[in-house]
Amino acid sequence: MKYVDEYRDHKVAGKLVAEIKRAVTRPWAIMEVCGGQTHSIVKYGLDYLLPKEVELVHGPGCPVCVTPLDMIDRAHAIARLPGVIFCSFGDMLRVPGSHGDLFQVKAGGADVRIVYSPLDCLRIAAANPTKKVVFFAIGFETTAPANAMAVWQARAQGIRNFSVLVSHVMVPPAISGILQSPQNRVQGFLGPGHVCAVMGYREYESIATRYQVPIVITGFEPMDLLEGTLMVVRQLEQDRAEVENQYARAVDRDGNACARKMISRIFNVCDRSWRGIGIIPKSGYRLNHDFRDHDAERIFEVGNIYAPEPAACISGKVLKGLNKPHDCPAFGKECTPQTPLGATMVSAEGACAAYYNYGRHLVAAPDAHTRS
Amino acid sequence: MIAMCLAIPGKVVELHEKSCMRMGRIDYGGISREACLEYIADPQIGDYVMVHVGFAISKVDEEEAARTYQYLAEMDQLEEISTPEPET
Repeated sequence: MKYVDEYRDHKVAGKLVAEIKRAVTRPWAIMEVCGGQTHSIVKYGLDYLLPKEVELVHGPGCPVCVTPLDMIDRAHAIARLPGVIFCSFGDMLRVPGSHGDLFQVKAGGADVRIVYSPLDCLRIAAANPTKKVVFFAIGFETTAPANAMAVWQARAQGIRNFSVLVSHVMVPPAISGILQSPQNRVQGFLGPGHVCAVMGYREYESIATRYQVPIVITGFEPMDLLEGTLMVVRQLEQDRAEVENQYARAVDRDGNACARKMISRIFNVCDRSWRGIGIIPKSGYRLNHDFRDHDAERIFEVGNIYAPEPAACISGKVLKGLNKPHDCPAFGKECTPQTPLGATMVSAEGACAAYYNYGRHLVAAPDAHTRS
Repeated sequence: MIAMCLAIPGKVVELHEKSCMRMGRIDYGGISREACLEYIADPQIGDYVMVHVGFAISKVDEEEAARTYQYLAEMDQLEEISTPEPET
């Protein structure tokens, strides 16, 4: 497949790894922000190819993982209401709330449907005028333009029985939060390529300057990730702290102006709670008041929901890059993708699930990659 | 793995309009699917776009793609090593 296969060439990988070895003189901890990047790194074992000085730390950029438990419980409560058709991306269905997952809600008689695109919900709503169609609008900035367009189109087409349960989060406040933490040990970032395809990377420039940290906007294929790592290592070794763009084939500095405009029409910035992390100020979107007729949180009264997290789980530390999945005594034992205890095991792109799915629960963690 | 920020490069093979939105059929190496092209300036048949949850979010810059690829190919000049074994 064009623009995919050429970035998976193992010979080029060997050369990039050689270049990284040539460039590195000291230990560095580099965080890949995006769950998709974590997935590629673990799938292709890229972290095992790197010299021992370079540690890849897995970041919080998995939207399914960070959707807070109380929001999942709210989704389940709305889905159970009579006359509701509850639509979601497939990967949210298996995510456990306090009382089971959406599959169990569906088995209990609720009408829960998997959609590929939020626009699918408009078609469902138009075909079922007596039902209320609710879409679980989660995701980072990459997904926001799609979800915003669904709301915009519902208004334009007069589809009144469509609403969204919004739980959108944004990457830059999470990066700032990690860097502000006294426990932080991340020294450079592989920036989120597709988030920046939408938003551009100007905002990351001020983060790089403020915290004196290199950020390289990076793609998702193995070559992208190795080249991004090389670029971060070179900056660290040369004591530079800039934003560089490895993923120039898909990202430019200003992002997609048209998509950003639609986001700002439909959403306002708000504080958001991140599962495993807690509240991060101004770290997400909520529906703009003008579109309150499509706001599922306002339309459906399901009462106050309080959902404490299981105490055993260390996913908050994994999401902040403080621990690796292997550090958790429950990893691969009580906690598996079939019986997840917490955020990072619930989605294929969570660090714990990625480690598990590629068999890392079967092998001891390499010393160089283990941190207590 | 739909809700993640994954986007897949595909080729625009057909353009049409639906509910006042610019749409297109996108080919992903043999499999094709409809996507919304509203966020792409002047989409043309033959363009490559990055598609996420049914929306094209950026056009693939062919020059930049070629430049990256050339850079990687030129690393032939560099000392080549075999891929190392996983460290234990």
